Parts: sequence; structure tokens; C-alpha cells
Amino acid sequence: MIALAFQNLTLGYDRHPAVHHLDARIEEGSLTAIVGPNGAGKSTLLKGVTGALSPLEGRVRWGSVAREDVAYLPQQSDIDRSFPISVKELVAMGLWQEVGAFGWLKRAQRARLDAAIAAVGLTGYEGRPIGALSGGQMQRALFARLLLQDAKLVLLDEPFAAIDARTMADLIEVIRNWHRQGRTVIAVLHDHETVVTHFPETMLLARELVDHGPTPRVMTPENHAQARVLSEASQLAPEICARDAA
Amino acid sequence: MIWDAIIAPFVEFGFMRRALLGCLAIAVGATPVGVFLMLRRMSLTGDAMAHAILPGAAVGFLVSGLSLGAMTIGGLIAGMLVAVASGLVSRLTTLKEDASLAAFYLISLAVGVIIVSTRGSNVDLMHVLFGTVLALDNVALTLLCTIASISVLTLAVIFRPLVLECADPQFLRSVSRLSAVTHFIFLALVVMNLVAGFHALGTLMAVGIMILPAAAARFWTTGIGGLLVAAACVAALSSVAGLLLSYHYSLPSGPAIILVAGIIYGLSVFLGPVGGILAQLVPRRHFET
Repeated sequence: MIALAFQNLTLGYDRHPAVHHLDARIEEGSLTAIVGPNGAGKSTLLKGVTGALSPLEGRVRWGSVAREDVAYLPQQSDIDRSFPISVKELVAMGLWQEVGAFGWLKRAQRARLDAAIAAVGLTGYEGRPIGALSGGQMQRALFARLLLQDAKLVLLDEPFAAIDARTMADLIEVIRNWHRQGRTVIAVLHDHETVVTHFPETMLLARELVDHGPTPRVMTPENHAQARVLSEASQLAPEICARDAA
Repeated sequence: MIWDAIIAPFVEFGFMRRALLGCLAIAVGATPVGVFLMLRRMSLTGDAMAHAILPGAAVGFLVSGLSLGAMTIGGLIAGMLVAVASGLVSRLTTLKEDASLAAFYLISLAVGVIIVSTRGSNVDLMHVLFGTVLALDNVALTLLCTIASISVLTLAVIFRPLVLECADPQFLRSVSRLSAVTHFIFLALVVMNLVAGFHALGTLMAVGIMILPAAAARFWTTGIGGLLVAAACVAALSSVAGLLLSYHYSLPSGPAIILVAGIIYGLSVFLGPVGGILAQLVPRRHFET
């Protein structure tokens, strides 16, 4: 089963493509790392999936996953850290799709809320205001919120940037659990060791798709060299792309 | 003594009781909106919207004189137009909300001043700018109370999406379509309360009763619920004290009320236990890890 597919997908800003004519399929239940140099279009691709960015060309075709079944952790959340809500309230936002704007939290949902907070190791911090959390604790809280969203497809944009080893190990365990439960996970990552150790599938992007498949096959020096060449080959005065819509 | 100073003016004079009721209605209706304005860092948005309302009220005044209904409807229309136009521009283009709002409110204000200056006399301008809390009639009182009720009920309904929209708008947009709706309902509440406020306090002072109590409350409590209650209390206290000051010393009532709110704000900055200056100078012993 295919979770979602990119068909000739071109995404960009101000007519400049950041992802260029991408064709790829994401299998249901796969655990995929997206790697590539800065400016390779990794975050842009995730924004295209969430719908925050409309394609310049092509499309995202939804397979076994519906667009509503997506949980997304942005690279830079625009959470207002000074806003007076507690860790528990932040995490409880993950229940929005079940509870909506007006519902109560039922007993079972409260139990799941506590379980999610425990799963990321934040038990005891429930009542703290989010402004008092460290960067790592904040990331833990956001993972707990993702847990509660119970989504079939989880998109993570550089979830381990500026996170210490201990926190990272805990959060990778959360990701591996999602994988075991048959959820589809796509994560933008920079650290190659993490990718090779924990992610069976890899998509190497450099605006164009360099390679996509089993991690050992994709993560080769040749592929990375090609990615570097592709990402450096940006034109100063670009012409209109003549590649036809496949 | 206390009777003469505090109770008697309200017992003896109907206009003082009406003024008090009007101000309390505004305190209950407008300050919760002000708390959210402050939390969203939109405190100055309230000020901008207040200016945007002016041409609507002026057109209403031109059409049917000092008519409450016409000025209210005019103000509502002008405020909503500016709110929707700036909201649309910021959501559809790259211009941020503050810049687009500034653009539209300045246009609106220019139109308003031109209308007022070509047709109205200075006395009328003073009425629009400074309000007439001591001359509220039954219709005006009913309007103030109605708007306060609608405002509080609406805020209760949109409370959760509004909190999310403030704390993590990106997340709300990813799980729900309510983001834009919530934003516009909230802006509508701002406009409604400013229109209510300008009848009593004037367009310039109406923002004061929204923002000053909210800013003062921030120094006394941390939770949202606490902020809402504390701000409403500050507003009510300012109303009573301001009206009494205005009565005993023949001061203009709107500015007197806002000035009391300002004094409470100033005291809060120094004495408030949550991040006040005094609390920072006298640190308490920290906890164990």
C-alpha cells in the first residue's frame, strides 16, 4: 500500500522551485529520512504535504493516508513561549481532532494524556508554564502532543536540532514505536549517523530527487557528491523551466 | 464621610448610577477582549481599530445627527471593513498584519477627520473623541449592556480555539479550519467593544479600558482565568474611582477613569508579585532542583 505519492511535484517560493519535478512514493508503514544539503527543499516538501504550500506544478496524491491523518512537527514552531499555558494544556492540544472546540476530556483521554507525558519523560512537569521549559523539554512536550494526535502519517522537520543525546535517544524510541505500530513516519534529518542507524528508508534531495530507497543504497559518497553538485548549480538569471509535465 | 465621598453621589444622582452601570458593562465586556489583545501582542491593534471607527461614526453623525443607532452602525461598519480588509491582505499577501492594519486605519482615520472637519462643529468632534459617560440615556445603556453580554458569551464559545490561535496558530491551522474564523470573530469583538466604549468614553479613551486593566493584571497572576478576572476587577475599580474623581473635582469622566486605570497599572508595575520591579529587587530563595 502506498501512503502518499509525489507526482511531478514542484514546490517553491516566488516561482523559484525548491523541490523540482519530484516523483516518489512513500510506502505505508515506512520510516523515511529525508536528507540533503541546506536549501535542498526538505522542509519545503513537508510543507507541500501539509498543504501549507500549494504546488507550482504537479501534486501530492494521497493513498492510504488522508490529508486529515497527518501530524506535523515544524522546524521552527511559532509557539508563543510566553503565553500562559501549562505543559499539560500544550500536550492536550493533540486531542483536538477528537475533542474539538467544545468537548470535555473523558477519563480515557485524560489517561492517554498522562501516558503521553510519561512516554516522553515529562512526568512531574505537567503544571509548569511552557515558558519555563528548556529547548529539549519543549521538544519532548511537542512529541507528546504528536503522540496524542494518533496520526497515520507523522512529519518531523529536524526534530533533533539543538537536542542533547539523552533527549534524542528518548525521542527516537518514540519514533521507533510509531514505526512498530505501522504508522508512516517521514523525518527531515541532518545527522547521517542517526539516519543510517535508525531509518530503513532514505530520500536524498537536492532540489531534484537524487535517490530514494533503502538507506544503505542511498547513503553513498557518490550520491552525496551528486547532491552537492546539484545544489550548487543554481542560476543567477533563471529561465522558465521547459521540462514538460510528465 | 465615606458615605458622602463614595456612596452618596450614586444614591443622589441618576446620571451617576447610569454612568456606573455603563462603565461596569464595558468593564465586563471589553477587558477580557483586552486580555487577549495583550496576550497576542496586539495591544496597539486596539488603538488602531479605535481610530478606524471614527469615519463610520462621523458618517452616521452626518446622516442623522447625534443618533446613537446611526453612529453605532457606522462605527461597526467602518471597524469591520478595516478589520476584514487588513486581515485579508495579511492572509493573502506577504504583508504582515500590523503593516496592513496600519495602512487601512490611517486611510480610515484620514477620511474620518476630513468628514468631521468639513461638516461637524468642534463640539461634535469632542463628543466623538471623548464620549459622554455622564449623559447615557436608556437606549445607550441598553446598547452597552447588550454588547457586553454578546461579547462575554461569544468569548466563552470561541475560548479554546482562541487560546490555541494565540499560543500556537500553526498547530491550530494544521488540525482545524477554525483559525481564520476565530481570528475574525475576535476582531469583530474588538470592534464591537470599541464602539460600545466610544459612546461612554470616546474613541480615544475606549482602548484604555481594554488594555490598561489587562496590562495591570499581568503583574498579579499567571493563568488565563486569573488574568480575565483580575483585569475585569481592575476595570470595575477604575470605573468607580474615576467617576467619583470626576464628580468631586469636576474632571472629564472618561479620562478620569482611564487615568485611575493608569495609576493602578503603574502601581502594578512596581508592586505586582509576578515580575514586578519590587519582586525582582527582593528575590525569594529558590527551590531545590
